[in-house]
Amino acid sequence: MKELRLMKGNEALAEAAIRAGADAYFGYPITPQSEIIEYLMAENPEERTGMVVLQAESEVAAINMVYGAAGCGKRAITSSSSPGISLKQEGLSYIAGAELPCVVVNVVRAGPGLGTIQPSQSDYFQAVKGGGHGDYKMIVLAPATVQESVDYVKLAFELAFKYRNPIMILSDGIIGQMMEKVELFEQQPRLTEEFEWATVGKKPNKDSVIVTSLQLQSEEQEKVNLRLQAKYREIEKNEVLYESYKCEDAEYLFTAFGSCARITRKAMEMAREKGIKVGLLRPQTLYPFPVDAYRNLAGQLKGILTVEMNAGQMVEDVRLAVNGQTKVEHFGRFGGMIPSPEEILNALEQKIIGG
Amino acid sequence: MSENLITPENLVYKKTKSMTDRILHYCPGCGHGTAHRMLAEAIDELGIQGETIGVAPVGCSVLAYYYFDVDMQEAAHGRAPAVATGIKRVFPEKYVFTYQGDGDLAAIGTAETIHACNRGENILVVFINNGIYGMTGGQMAPTTLEGMKSSTSPRGRDVKTMGSPLKITEMIAQLPGTYFVTRQAVHTPANVRKTKRALKKALEYQKLNKGTCFVEIVANCPSGWKMTPVQSNKWMEENMFPFYPLGDIKVPEK
Ligand SMILES: Cc1ncc(C[n+]2csc(CCOP(=O)(O)OP(=O)(O)O)c2C)c(N)n1
Ligand code: SF4
Repeated sequence: MKELRLMKGNEALAEAAIRAGADAYFGYPITPQSEIIEYLMAENPEERTGMVVLQAESEVAAINMVYGAAGCGKRAITSSSSPGISLKQEGLSYIAGAELPCVVVNVVRAGPGLGTIQPSQSDYFQAVKGGGHGDYKMIVLAPATVQESVDYVKLAFELAFKYRNPIMILSDGIIGQMMEKVELFEQQPRLTEEFEWATVGKKPNKDSVIVTSLQLQSEEQEKVNLRLQAKYREIEKNEVLYESYKCEDAEYLFTAFGSCARITRKAMEMAREKGIKVGLLRPQTLYPFPVDAYRNLAGQLKGILTVEMNAGQMVEDVRLAVNGQTKVEHFGRFGGMIPSPEEILNALEQKIIGG
Repeated sequence: MSENLITPENLVYKKTKSMTDRILHYCPGCGHGTAHRMLAEAIDELGIQGETIGVAPVGCSVLAYYYFDVDMQEAAHGRAPAVATGIKRVFPEKYVFTYQGDGDLAAIGTAETIHACNRGENILVVFINNGIYGMTGGQMAPTTLEGMKSSTSPRGRDVKTMGSPLKITEMIAQLPGTYFVTRQAVHTPANVRKTKRALKKALEYQKLNKGTCFVEIVANCPSGWKMTPVQSNKWMEENMFPFYPLGDIKVPEK
């Protein structure tokens, strides 16, 4: 049964993991996302659905526990925040290389280093460009509301198993910590299927199943890479998600993702009131990036302003997408600072309209 | 006459079902091959080939999944106990083992080893202690003996600057989470038999859900030690065994 509740982002996401029929969560506490494991421990999903919840000794261990469970064909999820996500990068590369499905949540805080626990979007590059070693990609979903962080958990598991690939939910401290009304989807059954690629115990008269990312021969490793690249092209074709507001008559474009897009939307409304014809494009998937959406709009635009809580990361992908067809500038606050709609509007006027 | 000899009663040796026909890539005389064989025989004798999931490490035995004919996962360097934890937690009914070298288990993977044992994960950890990094060409391991030469301790391990050899097996035996901890070898027929008994017991114990079973096998690395196989076994007896004495370290209370 669908259910309306007022929930904190992190707790809603944890509830969504149980309801999505996850088999296992492995994690290590870090602010601003510790409520995820705390909620799970309090809810005791082992009783509710049989889902395993385990506090690991580190993020390194947690992602490798995810590898083990995912290799058994189970729905495994982990969550962390920026420093912990850095520790998971080796594991993510192995998971991508071994083609295992899993969901990883990053409730981003500001860096570099220990940084601050305040919200940030400075892990964009790490999430969409690989992060770990080797040529691999994760689908990256960027929720802007508590509702989306719930819905994306279910979507992430579906995509993870569709492509046997790690999926990242790139959230931030604002969405993780704020409370909003949220509609929870119905409890989904846990998986009963046995996948032929999963280690479930060798079947008589069948080859044993091996989960590995190792190929000693370059020729074989190149084949693996080609197969992965073909998969990524499929993902780019099929899985792009974005929202656009008031783009039909737009002469200018704001673009932003996640919590920052909500603030930018307010700036857009203020600009419209002043008679500035500006729209907003909000990518919901950061990889695959909505390249065509930008490309199709570029011809009608006098300029694009990307608004990010970082020093300028997504702006590079926007520039690649429009490929010089129109001016692209970046406005950002970072280090845990959140831009105000007034600042954003001002940046549009200075950097794009007046610039 | 010869026809009469080939009967089941006369059979003294047969192929191990839980091993594949692949040719082992290990150096001549290396302990890994025998250790594999004993684990596979233990799996066969318990009839659990279809219920066993193994985890291979990064090290010379990275390709263990080519040789064990059971479902296997290959873990990142040092992370096998975490991977095994993930497997065992979603499949508590299966038999789960890791097979790890000393660098994998006692250096880069120390945290995963200690915490899996401390949680008492119901898995079998097989620990091949050859006192050296075989795969990467004979560098110093956490278990390299004092004064022992390696490519990164060319004048011998100086404990003042490089630390002392780590008796990780004794360390984890202290943890309430471990149920059975033993140290064995595979360089003589008698030791081979003892090792197999230990591995078999350790797998059987998994059904009891009483905690981690940990079987160290002190092994030779003729290539890394720069010795012939025969010399390496002798050197192991004279140098490794006094520091890493063979025998049970923790046995289940009766
Ligand atoms: C993260 C990481 N660091 C380093 C390596 C390189 N490496 C591969 S195997 C190994 C040591 C293996 O030694 P050991 O675990 O003792 O196993 P053996 O080869 O002796 O059986 C090292 C350092 C790696 N693969 N991954
Ligand atoms: S390098 Fe050493 S451990 Fe590795 S296969 Fe050769 S003898 Fe065995």
